[in-house]
Amino acid sequence: MSQTQTNNKTLINFMNKRKLAMVFSIALIIVSIGSIAIKGLNLGIDFTGGYLIEAGYKDDANLDQIRDALADAEFKDAQVQNFGSSKDIIVRIAPRADINKATIGDNILEVLKTTSEQEVQMRRVEFVGPQVGEELRDDGGIALLVALGGILIYISMRFQLKSAVGAILALIHDVIITVGIFSILQLEFDLTVLASILAVIGYSLNDTVVVLDRIRETFRNVRKTTAEDILNISINQTLARTLVTSLTTLLVLFSLFFFGGEIIHGFALALIIGVVVGTYSSIYIASSTLMAMNIHKQDFLVVAKEEIVDDAP
Amino acid sequence: MLNQYPLWKYILLVVVLVVSSIYALPNLFGEDPAVQIGHRTKSLTEEDKLVIEQAINAKNLVLKSSELSQGHVLVRFNDVEAQSKAKTALKEALGKQYLIALNLAPATPEWLRALSAAPMYLGLDLRGGVHFLMEVDMVAAIKRLEESLLSDIRTTLREEKIRYRGVRRDDNGLHITFRNLETMQQASEELPRVFRELEFTNDEATLTLNARLSEVAIRNEKKSALQQNIITLRNRVNELGVAEPVIQQQGSSRIVVQLPGIQDTAGAKKILGATATLEFRMAAGTRTDWLDAEESGRTPLNSILYHERDGSPVLLNRRVIVTGDQIIDAASTFDSQKGTPAVTVRLNGKGAKKMGEITRDNIGNPMGVVFIENKVETKKVGDTITKHRTTTKEVINVATIQGQFSARFQITGLESQEARDLALLLRAGSLRAPVEIIEERTVGPSLGKDNIAKGFMSVVIGFCMVLVFMTVYYKGFGLIANVALTANLIIIIAVLSLLQATLTLPGIAGIVLTVGMAVDANVLIFERIKEEIKNGNSPQASIHSGYEKAFSTITDANVTTLLAAIVLFTLGTGPVKGFAITLSIGILTSMFTAIVGTRAVVNTIYGNRDIKKLSI
Repeated sequence: MSQTQTNNKTLINFMNKRKLAMVFSIALIIVSIGSIAIKGLNLGIDFTGGYLIEAGYKDDANLDQIRDALADAEFKDAQVQNFGSSKDIIVRIAPRADINKATIGDNILEVLKTTSEQEVQMRRVEFVGPQVGEELRDDGGIALLVALGGILIYISMRFQLKSAVGAILALIHDVIITVGIFSILQLEFDLTVLASILAVIGYSLNDTVVVLDRIRETFRNVRKTTAEDILNISINQTLARTLVTSLTTLLVLFSLFFFGGEIIHGFALALIIGVVVGTYSSIYIASSTLMAMNIHKQDFLVVAKEEIVDDAP
Repeated sequence: MLNQYPLWKYILLVVVLVVSSIYALPNLFGEDPAVQIGHRTKSLTEEDKLVIEQAINAKNLVLKSSELSQGHVLVRFNDVEAQSKAKTALKEALGKQYLIALNLAPATPEWLRALSAAPMYLGLDLRGGVHFLMEVDMVAAIKRLEESLLSDIRTTLREEKIRYRGVRRDDNGLHITFRNLETMQQASEELPRVFRELEFTNDEATLTLNARLSEVAIRNEKKSALQQNIITLRNRVNELGVAEPVIQQQGSSRIVVQLPGIQDTAGAKKILGATATLEFRMAAGTRTDWLDAEESGRTPLNSILYHERDGSPVLLNRRVIVTGDQIIDAASTFDSQKGTPAVTVRLNGKGAKKMGEITRDNIGNPMGVVFIENKVETKKVGDTITKHRTTTKEVINVATIQGQFSARFQITGLESQEARDLALLLRAGSLRAPVEIIEERTVGPSLGKDNIAKGFMSVVIGFCMVLVFMTVYYKGFGLIANVALTANLIIIIAVLSLLQATLTLPGIAGIVLTVGMAVDANVLIFERIKEEIKNGNSPQASIHSGYEKAFSTITDANVTTLLAAIVLFTLGTGPVKGFAITLSIGILTSMFTAIVGTRAVVNTIYGNRDIKKLSI
């Protein structure tokens, strides 16, 4: 096994800026939690229940005219917006008690057809009943918790507790900030965004695990140096990989964001935010946590026996 | 010697790649417009196929091919015009016992189909269609069972000559009251023997026998209500003429219905959710009695007050002659005398016998046809969610019996669309319990096409950008990673095609994401090799230890992502599941291509040779 040398590599001292990073992260988390508590999330109909109708016009859609027509037809609470292009619109209506819901989507389409002389095309009708919305919300929360729990167990088994705590803190950090940005910008939070948050968990962890793996290895191989130096060496050694992988992932996500269509926008955006924040957190949060918990060589020697099990490809 | 692979690993790689390419291939062929023909009760045979082909040829339509499989005949056409003309021609030629549906059939060549290769199964968001989640009203199902038990208890007590005071039903179950202790004792011995699904308790103070459905009976009723409703919904969907519908149980009280490619969603919703059925009852009293009852609000013994569609009152006998369940066939026609819309119905043996007896004895008396519809709706007021149940009962027709009839007769008093819908509903059977649509996701055909085009576009662009980046950044090794990435994409498509897992738009997003993340394994390996070279190791040794050291890191990193994907799959629904599937498959295949695949190429190029410098 070769000795890991560091003298011929540019070494950025990440750890001496870790206090600054901590302040930055804590500030972001406070703002995120504050926004989630005060402004809340702009939950999509998947979670609130309600109706969503997407329609395509041949020419530019006249939103005011459409709003008036809907208001005249007893849909005063309808929200009308352009969707992706000036020809496509989306109408959202909260769950209502007074109308037979099986036909409400069709009623709205009928109204929309009166607002243009040309053909109005039904593109999408979604209806989520109140009981379903509530279930999806609960299931979503459970999914998040189960994912976090499963990951905590796996990391504790593969590494040791201090590393696991570091990884989980990095994860929670990423999830809170990603959700926080959705709250601050009041972007719609629907099922696909939730799926994307879970993917962020997977991705962020992937990144953190690579750094932790290197920290463990460096602790075992490099002697006589401080924990701070070891963390710095490890982060620097994995830096190229961290950045390259984030970059390729961001490349495809931008492709998804710009070419994948309006429906996938929120999904792509949540992942873009998550990947950026996850990259930063895998450099700072996990390792700063290790520093804070006073990590040292002994922490890694305990599990040294298991390391032999690893198989070559 | 370093960096040599055993022969079997090369063979494995080649076999995986060849097999994957073959099974990914069907996705390159488009779809044929087709018509699918089935039969209400039997499986179609070669003879039917000949008849169908002749019917199409008779109209001078060119059919591309026709095939018989699983009791259905599938006829392919070259264009949509021929397809829709053929549907009309077949409807005329075959009659109403045949179910005819438009379909888009994959144009997979014969030799590929022989290998049971098929293109990926597209979700509704990509092909267009309707997804309904329906909830069966179990409270209504139980109530209905209790009501029918109530009338059975009455009959039993009468037959056993046990005198009783009254029977009634409320939320706590059934209650039978008696005049004295003796008859109550008799009943409490007799009834439990006949009604095993009920649990009886005596209340001697009030001379009441209380009965409740047992847990087992409730569970069985719920199960059979759900099963019965699924059967009915399947019949209705067949009547609508939808190819490849999905009708599945979800949980203990829900049913998922997916209808690909349907255009008239409003019509479909009406038919699927409808609980309309009919009852035939003799009228009671005279027209003056009816008006009196309406005014006073008091109805004479053994009769119930109904209203006709114009609002005028009708008194009908409490006893039902025949219910909709006894109708075995129905068709919408026009009344031969008046030319108004009508439904001809055919009764089963039991119903026909009863109808025959009643009409024989009541010539000259009026009979009423009651149209019954049950609806259930969940409403949210503030934070409380409540269910509202409504039952509409209307008399659609009161006619004087002109002569005896039994199995076949005609009902009038409907509008033409109503007549068609009612005939369909009567044919398909009634729902055991009302259903409510609690979730709907409809995607129009144009959006489906857009989604495919945009999804495809984002995969191609994302893929190309990664290819370019890897080539620029890692040079020769980058090209090797690109080969692996391409192979990975082919394998993902092959696995998705083989599993016939549903591909959704988020599923495509999963593929895009995998493309970005699949190179991660290679990045890890290549960065390790670079490090080893910088540390002064020889190229051969660097390649070897690069792959070796990166392996456990790659495994750890992928297992965590896989964990998140599995959680998504188990807890997610619909489109989210699609994302989880492609992500999981992508992670597994990328580990194979990025580690074994690139190593094989690297070994072929560099293995067992004296090299000074790596292109990395």
